[in-house]
Amino acid sequence: MKRACKGNLPALIFLLVLVMVWQAGAMGMNASYILPTPLEILQRMWELRGPLFTVHLPATMAVTAIGLAISLVLGLALAVVMDASDMVRRMLYPVVVVSQTIPTTAIAPLFVLWFGYGIWSKVLVTVLITFFPITITVYDGLRSAKTEMAELLQTYGATRREIFWKIKAPCALPYFFSAIKMAVPMSIIGAAIGEWLGAQSGLGYFSRRMMTQLDGAGVFAPIVILSVTAMVAVGIVALLERKFVRWRGES
Amino acid sequence: MSALEFRQVSYRYPSENFDIIDRLSFQVEPGSFHCIIGVSGCGKSTIFRMTNGLLQPKGGDILVDGQPVGGRKRYCGYMPQKDLLFPWRTVGENVALPLEIAGGLSKVQRRQKAQAALADVGLEGCWDKMPHELSGGMRQRAAFARTMLTGSDLLLLDEPFSALDFLTRISMQEWLLDQWGRHKKTILFITHDVEEAVFLSSSVLVVESTPICSLTEIPVPAPFPRDRSCLKMPEMVDLKERLIALLRKQVRP
Repeated sequence: MKRACKGNLPALIFLLVLVMVWQAGAMGMNASYILPTPLEILQRMWELRGPLFTVHLPATMAVTAIGLAISLVLGLALAVVMDASDMVRRMLYPVVVVSQTIPTTAIAPLFVLWFGYGIWSKVLVTVLITFFPITITVYDGLRSAKTEMAELLQTYGATRREIFWKIKAPCALPYFFSAIKMAVPMSIIGAAIGEWLGAQSGLGYFSRRMMTQLDGAGVFAPIVILSVTAMVAVGIVALLERKFVRWRGES
Repeated sequence: MSALEFRQVSYRYPSENFDIIDRLSFQVEPGSFHCIIGVSGCGKSTIFRMTNGLLQPKGGDILVDGQPVGGRKRYCGYMPQKDLLFPWRTVGENVALPLEIAGGLSKVQRRQKAQAALADVGLEGCWDKMPHELSGGMRQRAAFARTMLTGSDLLLLDEPFSALDFLTRISMQEWLLDQWGRHKKTILFITHDVEEAVFLSSSVLVVESTPICSLTEIPVPAPFPRDRSCLKMPEMVDLKERLIALLRKQVRP
């Protein structure tokens, strides 16, 4: 832990300098409705702590969690069937790639039309953004399993299912964690985009509402909360990864 | 009854237009140690891959202990060139793999058997180590212990020592002869190293041409147990020269 802090020291110092420049610049400009100072943002966050942390943060987290869960199930399932069957791979892989060329922000208002202002239009945006990296990364992980190892198990009399659990799954595990680390921040962004475009609660929605009131600090406050949440979530995943992955790459 | 018998076996790779194994017949008696020697790419590994069921012959019969191999499981232990220890498993968990696949034993029983196998190859105390913590020779011994735990009497070893340095290789050869003497298995050993073949086997099976339509059996004139001094005997030196001459004919530089 100590070493991690030491390693990040240059980054922390740089960040602190940036924040100080921002503070000085914003104070000089004196137009807090467009460019609030970092201190004003923190102050505003404290003033708005009630609605921010009890209403809007839980709403965004619910969208993120549901979206991520659906993406995980969908992504893992797609990866496994594409790995298992060449037919399915040739059928699905191009479609999965094409799905990523859809500009999500442009199509998201349609989702609001179809699914209303409730939670599901946002969940759909989140899923659309996150299932792709999960599918492709886990698929690559399953592919990385060596055929020689599978052949060796075959000579021991192993079934396809045993080969999957004893070779493919352990090979894909480090890839799986990389996928989650990518997907977590993306899912939070996805949820915020969805809320920005049409919602009744959530940090994205809150930020937009503050914008209409020309409350610069109020726009930034939920954004700061979003990125801190993403960092904490990635940190937790990294801890889990260290616990479960005893091996990464070729020895 | 032969431990292994090929009857008119043929094989053709899908990408080629000739049979790399062409109506090959040979047999191996139980408890013997044979080396199959041939130049690189001559198809000697194909013989193993058909025997262990990874490849299906185009024609002919392969019998192990008098029974055709088709549809059977766990009749031979196969040890490929690379040790293929799974890097995410400890050495002990790797060695126990064949027992895990075969099923029928409790976790405790598997652990006991695998511990014994590890001790037998001189790796007691390595159970909890990860494969990357072992040296090349130790890894091959762990892979051998794993092959032994398939429980088969027929072992197919495909150039297991070719990636080791010279000194490790010669001590592994002596070690393997010792293992063979104690366990009384039938061993088929692929190599392209003439000295290794002569030192290890009771008789050498030479691949004289590709496609392989016969294996020339040449007995080795040295009694077991052996040590490396037997390689200096004049008849052994002659045999080595003869084998080298046979093989060189096939190598086009």
